[in-house]
Amino acid sequence: MYKLWATIVKDVRILYRDKVGLTFMFAMPIILVLVITSIQNSTFNLVNKNKVSLIICNKDTGAVSNQLIQTIDQIGMFRLLQVSGDQSEKAITDRMHAKDALLAIVIPPDFSFQLNAKAKKVAGQALNSFGLEGDTLHTKVAGSVDPLSLYYHPILQESFRQSIQGAIYSALQLVESKQVLKSLYFAINEKQLPDSLEKELLNNRIGITEIPVLRDGSGIVPNASQHNVPAWTIFAMFFVVISLGGSIVREKSSGSFIRLKTLPTNYLVALLSKQITYLGVTLLQAAVIFAMGVWLFPVIGLPVLNLPSDFSGLFVVSFMCGWCAVSYAICVGVFAETQEQANGFGAVSIVILSAVGGLMVPSFAMPGSFRTVLQLSPLHWCLEAYYGLFLEGGKLKDVLTNIIPLFVIIILIHLLILLGLKRKKLI
Amino acid sequence: MSPLAVNIKDLGFSYPGQSALFFADLNLKVAAGERFGLFGPNGAGKTTLMNLMTGVLSFPEGSIELLGQEVKKNNRSVNKLFGFIPQDFSFYQELSPAENLEFFGAWSGLHRQEIRQRTDELLEVLGLTDVRNKPVQTFSGGMKRRVNLAIAVIHHPGILFLDEPTVGVDVQTRHAIIDYLKELNKKGTTLIYTSHQLSEAEDLCEKIALIDEGKIIAHDDLQVLLEEHRQDGLEGLFLSLTGKDYRN
Repeated sequence: MYKLWATIVKDVRILYRDKVGLTFMFAMPIILVLVITSIQNSTFNLVNKNKVSLIICNKDTGAVSNQLIQTIDQIGMFRLLQVSGDQSEKAITDRMHAKDALLAIVIPPDFSFQLNAKAKKVAGQALNSFGLEGDTLHTKVAGSVDPLSLYYHPILQESFRQSIQGAIYSALQLVESKQVLKSLYFAINEKQLPDSLEKELLNNRIGITEIPVLRDGSGIVPNASQHNVPAWTIFAMFFVVISLGGSIVREKSSGSFIRLKTLPTNYLVALLSKQITYLGVTLLQAAVIFAMGVWLFPVIGLPVLNLPSDFSGLFVVSFMCGWCAVSYAICVGVFAETQEQANGFGAVSIVILSAVGGLMVPSFAMPGSFRTVLQLSPLHWCLEAYYGLFLEGGKLKDVLTNIIPLFVIIILIHLLILLGLKRKKLI
Repeated sequence: MSPLAVNIKDLGFSYPGQSALFFADLNLKVAAGERFGLFGPNGAGKTTLMNLMTGVLSFPEGSIELLGQEVKKNNRSVNKLFGFIPQDFSFYQELSPAENLEFFGAWSGLHRQEIRQRTDELLEVLGLTDVRNKPVQTFSGGMKRRVNLAIAVIHHPGILFLDEPTVGVDVQTRHAIIDYLKELNKKGTTLIYTSHQLSEAEDLCEKIALIDEGKIIAHDDLQVLLEEHRQDGLEGLFLSLTGKDYRN
């Protein structure tokens, strides 16, 4: 036991004196969590709170296009920059290249006329289907409405573009419905649709209440911190491979290792010590990052991290994630021949495993073929376990289904370590 | 006859990937309490033989016994019997001499109290008391060699293997180390020494073996060999037996 204690003391001393390594293990994850959460939070704000600049070039002279512009404005997502209708396409794209706006809509000439004609046609068809006499003239002559042109800056991601398209479609739908309704009303009553009725029919939107499905019933809506802090804490824990994997390779190739081989102590004691020491490091990393989410985030304007109510569950999940990360790092260190191999393979493999494991792209958004592969990534089970606690408000028993596969992966990694040690005659 | 410190019988060894045996049927006996020198040109197999005797390398044929215990079968218990000073500095440069001794003492099977006592003794004898808590990476080459020596002897080994223990040190440090080794030998520690410092070897070793291309070409008392080959020094003897050609 004293041998193990002395080895742990030795490892802690070496670790404590490696300022660069410590910076890498603590400062880098903190910066990473801060940066990612800030970016994700600002993306959330961009969609939900801030306004996106949108150039509107209206080549139409009718009233409907103005109604459309008004409706788009009422969505609240956009800061409208109206330009005159005679602006050329080049002038618009030049302004976009200058980042005056990331989006532009060009409303085609005769938009109002075409939409009115279409509305009358639809109204006429509706009346005919009711058995009433409709406007047969418009029913026959009305064609399709020329499409709006939506220009977008290439920096806009597809998901964001699609949400913008959806918003503009809903504005178009509203304007079109209004025109159909007006035409119908006019055809039946031979007078204009009263404003009060128009508002009653068209502006009476039914609200949507968002209810997160939480196990603890707290009703706290998960924010960017709840999503990002656990994910990047796992990433930081697994990035211990750079320090620990490198340290094992360094030790193997140093003179001290030859002496270790000639002493009456099994090398497994050295690995057990590293496992305990670095497990402590990973738990400390988690504690520091969580503390930052709880106390620092609100001070700097980021959403506060709400810790799970089950602290024992949080400890067990963090322990298992840390244990898995350290075991993986030792495995890399045992098999790598050089520090370059350990660092290169270690870093790249963690990025791949985190991408596959759903840290970068949510697992539900992955193609079907990846859903099987992601189960092989220990980071996936770590993330699911943390999300079970942080996002779903679950307790330890609720995340056992994630901890068990993680434990199996840890056992497999240990078998691999033993195989590597035997093959290299280190034990 | 005095008990044997080292008894190598019919040793066979080849490097990985090489079919030909580097050592074939090699036999060597070193009596307990001897100051034994193992010499030879570069690539002769001195360090390889050291590594085989200390269990750093494993061998498929023959046997090696240290103080009656077989290296091959009883690996862990036999490791308590000897200390080893490899050519390279074999300690943690980030730690101080006291911290290195604390760790390696524990791995040598000593208890906390014994380690403290031996640490004080060794640092005093080797002139490292003033720097006991400073990181070794700040030390000169000579000081590092003394730390290397202190770690190897912390557990009072019966045999001490020394692979070029004084390489790169000044005259003062070399004398101090050699004197300390002689002291250890007087107390019963068998010294198995190898070096290219032949004048130093003449001063330290009573008995020597010359090894070349994996074979022992001479093995006897140093004085007997000098007289037998009509040489007045180890260097002359070395050249007369191994020739003047370059070795790789």
